[in-house]
Amino acid sequence: MKAYDIVIIGGGPAGLAAAVSARKNGIDSVLVLERDKELGGILNQCIHNGFGLHTFKEELTGPEYAARFIAQAKELHLEYKRNTMVMEISPEKVVTYMNRTEGMQQIQAKAVVLAMGCRERSRGALNIPGYRPAGIFSAGTAQRLVNMEGYMPGREVVILGSGDIGLIMARRMTLEGAKVKVVSELMPYSGGLKRNIVQCLDDYGIPLKLSHTVIDIRGKERLEGVTLAKVDEGGKPVPGTEEDYTCDTLLLSVGLIPENELSNGMGIEMNRVTSGPNVNESLETSIPGVFACGNVLHVHDLVDFVSEEATAAGKNAAEYVRQNSGAACGLDGREVLPQKAAIELEAVAGVRYTVPKTINVERMTDKLTVRFRVGAVYKNCYVSVYFDEERVIHKKRPVMAPGEMEDIRLDKAKLLEYPDLKKITIQIEEA
Amino acid sequence: MYDVMIIGAGVSGAAAARELSRYKVNACVVEKAEDVCCGTSKANSGIVHAGYDAVAGSLMAKLNVEGNEMMGDLAKELDFPFQREGSLVVCLQEENRPGLQELYDRGVQNGVKDMRILERGEVLQMEPNISEEVVAALYAPTAGIVCPFGLNIAMAENAYTNGVEFKFNTEVKQIEKIDGGYRLVTDKGDFETKCVVNAAGVYADVFHNMVSGKKIHITPRRGDYQLLDKAAGTHVNRTVFALPNRKYGKGVLVTPTTHGNLLVGPTAIDVDNPEGTNTTAEGLRELTEKAGLNVKNLPMRQVITSFAGLRAHEDNHEFIIEELVDAPGFIDCAGMESPGLTSAPAVGKMVADILQQKMHFERNPDFNGTRKGILNPATLSIEERDELIKKHPAYGNIICRCEMISEGEILDAIHRPLGAKSLDGVKRRTRAGMGRCQSGFCAPRTMEILARELQVSMYDITKSGGDSNIVVGTNKDLL
Amino acid sequence: MVKINLICIGCPMGCPLTIEKEGSNILRVTGNTCPRGDAYARKELTNPTRIVTSTVAVEGSDVVRVSVKTREDIPKDMIFACVKALKNVRLKAPVHIGDVVLENVAGTGVDVVATREVYSLSDPG
Repeated sequence: MKAYDIVIIGGGPAGLAAAVSARKNGIDSVLVLERDKELGGILNQCIHNGFGLHTFKEELTGPEYAARFIAQAKELHLEYKRNTMVMEISPEKVVTYMNRTEGMQQIQAKAVVLAMGCRERSRGALNIPGYRPAGIFSAGTAQRLVNMEGYMPGREVVILGSGDIGLIMARRMTLEGAKVKVVSELMPYSGGLKRNIVQCLDDYGIPLKLSHTVIDIRGKERLEGVTLAKVDEGGKPVPGTEEDYTCDTLLLSVGLIPENELSNGMGIEMNRVTSGPNVNESLETSIPGVFACGNVLHVHDLVDFVSEEATAAGKNAAEYVRQNSGAACGLDGREVLPQKAAIELEAVAGVRYTVPKTINVERMTDKLTVRFRVGAVYKNCYVSVYFDEERVIHKKRPVMAPGEMEDIRLDKAKLLEYPDLKKITIQIEEA
Repeated sequence: MYDVMIIGAGVSGAAAARELSRYKVNACVVEKAEDVCCGTSKANSGIVHAGYDAVAGSLMAKLNVEGNEMMGDLAKELDFPFQREGSLVVCLQEENRPGLQELYDRGVQNGVKDMRILERGEVLQMEPNISEEVVAALYAPTAGIVCPFGLNIAMAENAYTNGVEFKFNTEVKQIEKIDGGYRLVTDKGDFETKCVVNAAGVYADVFHNMVSGKKIHITPRRGDYQLLDKAAGTHVNRTVFALPNRKYGKGVLVTPTTHGNLLVGPTAIDVDNPEGTNTTAEGLRELTEKAGLNVKNLPMRQVITSFAGLRAHEDNHEFIIEELVDAPGFIDCAGMESPGLTSAPAVGKMVADILQQKMHFERNPDFNGTRKGILNPATLSIEERDELIKKHPAYGNIICRCEMISEGEILDAIHRPLGAKSLDGVKRRTRAGMGRCQSGFCAPRTMEILARELQVSMYDITKSGGDSNIVVGTNKDLL
Repeated sequence: MVKINLICIGCPMGCPLTIEKEGSNILRVTGNTCPRGDAYARKELTNPTRIVTSTVAVEGSDVVRVSVKTREDIPKDMIFACVKALKNVRLKAPVHIGDVVLENVAGTGVDVVATREVYSLSDPG
């Protein structure tokens, strides 16, 4: 069986950054497996600008951002396979993949980086009643049709969900000649970035109806219209608030779900909130040597943070390979230190989850970024971090919303001052 | 002039067509949709009922038990998914136990084999997710699950390869009696035939009443369903029915499907519109409320799609399969509601027998009753699959990521007899687009393959025929 | 004096800006966390501009659309004129990032450039 030090599952922004980082950290034997016909993942269809301000200090479009990493990968002569589907990964890190030219292949990896990305929630998951005609698309599917293939999915559009893809598609459809009638959002706040509401909706006079949802879908063959209704605080439609919209297209931007079929197949421990794996400070899953980064770990708003996270995952995978090769070959006299029990991170009081979930202080970097999301809109509140019972961080944030990922930094030096620390709690506190 | 024209390419029409193809017969199926299996046959529970429900002595009871018995061999001959995993009727209240016994007794009368009434402990051992309140259950090991598309498509394909003609997108508007038969007036021209088989599902009463003075009436009875992710597919291992009771009526069933999903449904809501396959908020709510009564911890968060089908409920709740007295040569195949899917093999045989006795067809010496389904590469070993891809590289190109369906399977679906012409046609044959993302990812790719293989433009590709086009123009075309 | 509230679109932070204005004279911008916010606010009130992104057709590749953008922001009221000008543009592969697709689009003085690599069928990269 052919063997690689690191096999990276997915050649999108996360996989590419992880691969580049693994190579820069001294690992020669790296393989990227990509299921699509080109590297770059979903960025290739995100033709709008706004990417890269953190990473490259300039505003790029999605394809340009991807191209920067593809260029690095090529410069480093990273090995990759396109049009290649990973069918299975065993807990022993045997990767089974398939493509047209090689058929079925199995390779042994020392470390695996999971970077499969996410998929869109579909209509079915929302239980929207009505007919099932043509003309209902997830926003990403419409984005692919319009941006990659040049086809118009429809002329008169209603969008359900104000996530970023929905907002971006409102503008895209408008600029391609369609009429976007309304964007309806179930929640009382938008799930997208504020600037996208300004430049994708306000610029074009597209109304955003908060606390509204689609309660009926009409049209047996092609979509003919939908009914919107206001919802109460419990998300239930309020009778008497129904409004009919004639439209031939309904775009759904109602959430993204990490694609963890392979992770589940390996038996990796999953997080119910993120639908991604639970990881430690090294972004390592419950299976040692298997790392996760990007949207397969938790859904991000900004690709810059995906790249940052994936760069860390690639570095940590490289470190794992180095340490393990040494032990396995017996060439390296280093003693593997018995690991201290990891410190749990607990998300409470408004914080929905944290990545990572556990921290082993010895293995963490000097400054560790902990990313999280809040469960509601908070104004002028504090993010507080407790080491056991002691509050060590108390930072004011003017606004926090579920649609925008938050982070805090933990100092290794500070953590080392607490040798008996059991639990780190992150929570939102009122002013 | 045709010998026989069959109206409707649903499971009954397809079964009749296949049985007729055993004879030298000039037969044609006319179907208003673009494909087989587009009405009631595509949206139901996919259950092969054991046969204890129908009234003893009824045609329904007879054909149910016969159809059930035939299903195993038929599945082998025609290579469609069928599993005889048994069913349980769950009784939650001691006072309803007589109802269970009544079903058992009726089953015995109907000729259902090997039934047993199980006590609580045994039920929970068999199905740990059944409600803790269970007191007893009727276990029928002969019940099973079938892929309704698989069954319907297989029979139609086999009929076609044995010489039966199929006309799609052809809607019968009127039926006129003529000398020696009937004229079917359709939106694609008129056709003459000696005999007519009326297998028109929820429209069977319309066609019946065109030729007969003795009117029948069919009510479309809507059933809403929810399909759950494969991750929930083993929540129960066999079909779990509720014991009908005063408080909750017939109740909803929870069953695994042959594709490995979990299915919850149906409601039973009488509607006026024979095209009214829209789910409603009330219907979906009812499912959520009732399904949890018999099965605990149902992961309703994992619903991937909801749909509704219409049962052709005849006023007397009985199959009508007979030549009409006042319309010789016109054979009804009406009132085909549950257990219509189970009964289909027997229904087909019965219809063919009626026609054979009337017309004295010769046997078709070239009849080949076997058919190979679309290869499912997931059933192959790694080596076999590797071999397959070396021979046919399209099997190495995954199109549907959720169900892991390759281009090879999609090409097979398009190019086989009565092949797929639409996204739904591909979906029903291969499962591409039926998974958890509900075709979000694969739809554009499957459209490209359809357009390329059928040599049509992307604008002509539909979801399910008619006006269900998916793309309507090119970028900036109206600017 | 009037106060105007805007959301800065300079970066994903989306700072809430307050602009104090006397006639056409902008007195003060607050709420921004970086100088880009100040610049955005002043421009938005005098000559609002946007970067426009779109796609144009390309031949000779397995890719059929090339993504493009205006190299710089153009006046907001020129967005549709810009998109219309791209309607009938057809490119031939190969195309490289930064290649000029259309010069001086709709008379704005700004070029439209490609934002992705398109390899030709004979050299698929």
